[in-house]
Amino acid sequence: MKIHEYQGKQLFRDAGVPVLDSHVARSPSEAAAAFEQLGGELAVVKAQIHAGGRGKGTLKELPDQRGVQLARSADETSRIAENLLGNHLVTLQTGAEGAKVNQVLVEAGCDIARELYLGIVLDRSTSLPVLMVSSEGGVEIEKVAAETPEKIFREHFHPKIGLHSYQVRKLCHQLEITGKTVRSADKFMRSLCKLFVDLDCSMAEVNPLVISQSGDMLALDAKISFDENALFRHPELSELRDLSEEEPTEVKASDAGLSYVKLDGTIGCLVNGAGLAMSTMDIIKYHGGEPANFLDVGGGATTEQVVEAFNIILSDKNVKAVLVNIFGGIARCTTIAAAIIEASKQIGIQIPLVVRLEGTEVEEGKKMLAESGLAMTTADDLTDAAKKVVAAVAG
Amino acid sequence: MSILINKETRVICQGITGSAGTFHTLGCAEYGTQMVGGVTPGKGGQTACDLPVFDTVQEAVQQTGADATMIFVPPPFAADAILEAVDAGIQTIAAITEGVPVMDMVEVYRRVRASESVLIGPNCPGLITPGECKIGIMPGYIHNPGKIGIISRSGTLTYEAVWQTSNLELGQSTCVGLGGDPIVGTSYIDLLKLYEQDDQTEAILMIGEIGGDAEERAAAFVKEHVTKPVAAFIAGATAPPGKRMGHAGAIISGGKGTASEKQAALEAAGIHVAQSPADMGKAVQAAIAAA
Repeated sequence: MKIHEYQGKQLFRDAGVPVLDSHVARSPSEAAAAFEQLGGELAVVKAQIHAGGRGKGTLKELPDQRGVQLARSADETSRIAENLLGNHLVTLQTGAEGAKVNQVLVEAGCDIARELYLGIVLDRSTSLPVLMVSSEGGVEIEKVAAETPEKIFREHFHPKIGLHSYQVRKLCHQLEITGKTVRSADKFMRSLCKLFVDLDCSMAEVNPLVISQSGDMLALDAKISFDENALFRHPELSELRDLSEEEPTEVKASDAGLSYVKLDGTIGCLVNGAGLAMSTMDIIKYHGGEPANFLDVGGGATTEQVVEAFNIILSDKNVKAVLVNIFGGIARCTTIAAAIIEASKQIGIQIPLVVRLEGTEVEEGKKMLAESGLAMTTADDLTDAAKKVVAAVAG
Repeated sequence: MSILINKETRVICQGITGSAGTFHTLGCAEYGTQMVGGVTPGKGGQTACDLPVFDTVQEAVQQTGADATMIFVPPPFAADAILEAVDAGIQTIAAITEGVPVMDMVEVYRRVRASESVLIGPNCPGLITPGECKIGIMPGYIHNPGKIGIISRSGTLTYEAVWQTSNLELGQSTCVGLGGDPIVGTSYIDLLKLYEQDDQTEAILMIGEIGGDAEERAAAFVKEHVTKPVAAFIAGATAPPGKRMGHAGAIISGGKGTASEKQAALEAAGIHVAQSPADMGKAVQAAIAAA
């Protein structure tokens, strides 16, 4: 689960990770008031969307307006907010449609001496969280990792123990940070590592991480995402979820206990199991088709869930045919067959349907489908199913 | 022989009184697994699935001689249940539970690795030595005793691979579902070592997916240390970056963990890579023929 920068910064503040003063605004007048409240000569107005690359991103409606802008007065802050709010910001991560800006963050200006990068993720090869820093702030860390990996420094830490001070000193030495900034870095890095563990984050990123002219370390950005499996112990975090940032069909699917990801193709997929669902997309592509979605109905799929899955797949107007691929384990083929029959009664499936069933109670399931009199194509194996559905779309 | 489990293995179920625990305890017993008891804190002394229920794993081990466990405990308590099994000296632990917080697994992983126990999962279908012992949720009848060792990060895709190798009359020595989470107890490499030493296993089929670098590390290990034929398939060639494909571990982030990178690493290690998921069985057959 992702959250907005302004929410992340509040969590930073609560955890003692230094950030600049800022106020969130949902209207131009609120933005102007925020500028006055900060009391400086300069503020930064930042569009709040989940996607990155906001500084370089431009508005779909007003292509000369960027997602992050400097303001020198309350009036200017108001004008920038007016441009941003309600419009769509297109960045490298949003796709051509962009993401709607519903709020802006008005933040105090800062005299920057250095820009760095800091990120915390789980390192799967050691099964430990790892703090990564780089002297290359403000740029894409993937680019740094690919081109100049020697500029990224890493320290692993155990969640129960946290980051040690000596590890901060090591990193500071590698980044050529000296003097009182080392003390500031100690507070910053150790507090952030603690936040990462305490809130069950899956990623925390500060880019850029800055050192001010006065030698303090500050987070100029705050990007956090959480482990959804751990949200049960952080009910307060669920309130930070912004559904308007998510694909509506994906939200609907997750409410129904389905795992769905919308893609751009024409062949809808309904599969049990994540690995098989991915492979079903792959084999469609392998035979020349384009999958319209990833959809895993899960192990213990019920009739209601499968009907809802059909609803979601068919709500995508690009879908020209549907492939059902079920390898029954816990999920019985008879349950799936009954659900297909029920779905076609309730929704009425008007496009070609190819069904491949295998596994638990397969013979009974196939018999049910045959006796239902529904128009569908059955397939014997994966290849047969993929070829038939690709042909159905083509022809 | 086989790896990890066989007909001598004595199995308990942690969470036996829950609906999934009950259902699959019965399913495993029906397959022929020696199910010897169950554990549900507070329900010691009761009976479930005609088996004795204990309050603690330690007691279950003392009373039944269990050396393996199948865990269906709900996610908030799963880490604790795994640690309890480790503490009681259980040899093979299969954690089926889906949705265990990653931070919990950091500590569990370290404790398991420092012990004699082997942890399979969490978020996995379990493991099976066909004809001898099934610990998990896979449909038993698709398996046949045979010569292919199967390792996978996914559930139903493993069934697909099993089905293909059964239809080609290759059969399986032992099939293990590693689990789809970012931290799991056992890696491809751990199992490659076991299969390499197992007489029954003649060839190995690895099924991977996008995300992380476990397949790349396995490829490097195969190149140096595995003499038996190895075939592989990687799911997720069509998955877009930044989108989580069901499994918490299946996500391409920062341009790393793509299917094409993994396929290239596997091929460079002399592994036969199936391009289509329909060809997993054929790929392992080709690997055997080429050896």
